[in-house]
Amino acid sequence: MTAVAEQTGAWLAEFTGLATVAPWAQELRETAFQRFAKLGFPTTHDEEWRFTNVAPIARASFKRGLAAGQVTGLTGGAQAGTLEEARQHLGRLAAFDQNAFVALNTAFLENVVAIRIPHGAVIQEPIQITYNGVAGHATHPRLLIVVGADAHCTIVESYTGAGNYFTNAVTEIVAGDRAVVDHYKIQRESLEAFHVATLAAQLGRSANFVSHSISLGGALVRNDVNVVLSEGTEATINGLYIVNGAQHIDNHTSIDHAKPHGTSHELYKGILDDQARAVFNGRIIVRQDAQKTDSKQTNKNLVLSDDAVIDTKPELQIWADDVRCTHGATIGQLDAESLFYLQSRGIGKQQARSLLTYAFAQDIVDRIKVPALKDSLERILFEKFHEHREK
Amino acid sequence: MALLEIKDLHAEVGGKEILKGIDLTVEAGEVHAIMGPNGSGKSTLAQVLAGRELYVVTGGQVIYDGKDLLAMSPEDRARSGIFLAFQYPVEIPGVSNLYFLKAALNTIRKSRGEDELDAMDFLNLVREKMKLMEMDQTLLNRPVNAGFSGGEKKRNEIFQMAVLEPKLAVLDETDSGLDIDALKLVSTGVNAMRSPERAMIVVTHYQRLLNHIVPDFVHVLSEGRIVKSGGKELALQLEESGYAGLGIHDEEAA
Repeated sequence: MTAVAEQTGAWLAEFTGLATVAPWAQELRETAFQRFAKLGFPTTHDEEWRFTNVAPIARASFKRGLAAGQVTGLTGGAQAGTLEEARQHLGRLAAFDQNAFVALNTAFLENVVAIRIPHGAVIQEPIQITYNGVAGHATHPRLLIVVGADAHCTIVESYTGAGNYFTNAVTEIVAGDRAVVDHYKIQRESLEAFHVATLAAQLGRSANFVSHSISLGGALVRNDVNVVLSEGTEATINGLYIVNGAQHIDNHTSIDHAKPHGTSHELYKGILDDQARAVFNGRIIVRQDAQKTDSKQTNKNLVLSDDAVIDTKPELQIWADDVRCTHGATIGQLDAESLFYLQSRGIGKQQARSLLTYAFAQDIVDRIKVPALKDSLERILFEKFHEHREK
Repeated sequence: MALLEIKDLHAEVGGKEILKGIDLTVEAGEVHAIMGPNGSGKSTLAQVLAGRELYVVTGGQVIYDGKDLLAMSPEDRARSGIFLAFQYPVEIPGVSNLYFLKAALNTIRKSRGEDELDAMDFLNLVREKMKLMEMDQTLLNRPVNAGFSGGEKKRNEIFQMAVLEPKLAVLDETDSGLDIDALKLVSTGVNAMRSPERAMIVVTHYQRLLNHIVPDFVHVLSEGRIVKSGGKELALQLEESGYAGLGIHDEEAA
């Protein structure tokens, strides 16, 4: 047997044990599974996975768990739909031809959470979807959010859990023309968990989309964020990752300016301690047609230990000639002068370090518009840095 | 016993000796001015007293309030009453002035055996001191020094000093970059804090500041040593004849 077959064999047994669904969905599953079996898990020879070795996931065996997302906050016309209602969009944005994890997720389509925001509806209350990982299990959360033209909504995806498990999530968002979507993903998986997730968003004309990806947990984490902009679309793609111990976090983003006059701002910030490792790969595509694109990408990293490693790489593919694209990456330590300044006012060295570390993350936290979420995140970060200093 | 006693202090940075044997005794209630040309070691002395690790002390002794100052961490020095007004106050984005100052004050109060101030008492104290420095209250919610003008930064230093009430304040070129109005304001703030229990070391290049903060003693620093000490009239003498009148030149020019 080849290595690929060995790795996919266990999944085949699980796949054949799935209860059948409607023929169209069954067909999608079959195609996806075949693709997964063909691709196998990626290796570090694959450019997209160069710095992230998923062998621990490939080698592990998990029971099939139920990806039961808890949905709260469906008010003001927002509706939860069924797999049948998802048919029109499902699998259209999150392509699985090149991504084994998306293929695997699609093969295991089961409890799709589909949310529809009608045209023009302004939903004040955030719609929250929470997943809870269970030790020994693999789940494939699948979320589809269809936002009508001129509609406004806030989506909060949260992931938590306990023990060693595998979350393999895919979220697809379709935003209509002029829609305003504020999306949050709060990843607080167990420190033994594997978490692989793809967010794929198709944004309409003059739509405004903000993505906040906050990654705190997980042993091995990979986030892909892929957005496609239309004419005049404004997309803000932000992220914060805080890792210590032996955690590994990989953020791959792809911002595709398909049409003219699009604007994208991207800011990813990372804090690394101990032997943690982080990867940032930011692809910006500006198609030939996408004149007057304005795109800015920034990745900043604060490295608190000698052993932490960060690999950061911009990937710009620009085919149009009248555009403005800037990118920059920094990797730094806590500023010695700032530390001394705080100490010279009586603040202890460890507290000063926590304060400056917290301050580094502050601008990402400040952009969170859901007050309860912001408060809880501030508390979590405060405790996290407090922990660091107690070591 | 003197509040501060510096004996034959030597310090270097990057292997280059900057302080080459400083002797200075400061009693509570006194204001000492340290003057000298660029590169004479004035700022180094100020930073060494506050505990900046960048400067390596290679010899000598500093006794502060009966304790071995050089053995203390920067935060312990601050907690026992030393305050350095920075020549270049540091900008700290992401930390609000209010949070910063409250953390500082309460740590210092705790080490003095006093209770932490609650939010209301703290705010009242801060408002009173801000008024003294004619500072806008909105500065409290802004990040520490971030986006402040040069003058605002210097005023913020003296404001912090007023809140923290040190025993020994070291003012490192607090006058540099200030226009005359800001200079008067800063001087008023400093003079309001003169007291028999508090000593000050005022480091400056120019005599101008000393018209407003009148010192008890003036010391002239050159090439890492105090070459002349006297009363306030020494500053005036320097103003007339310049450092060259004492046979001293900027180190860069020498």
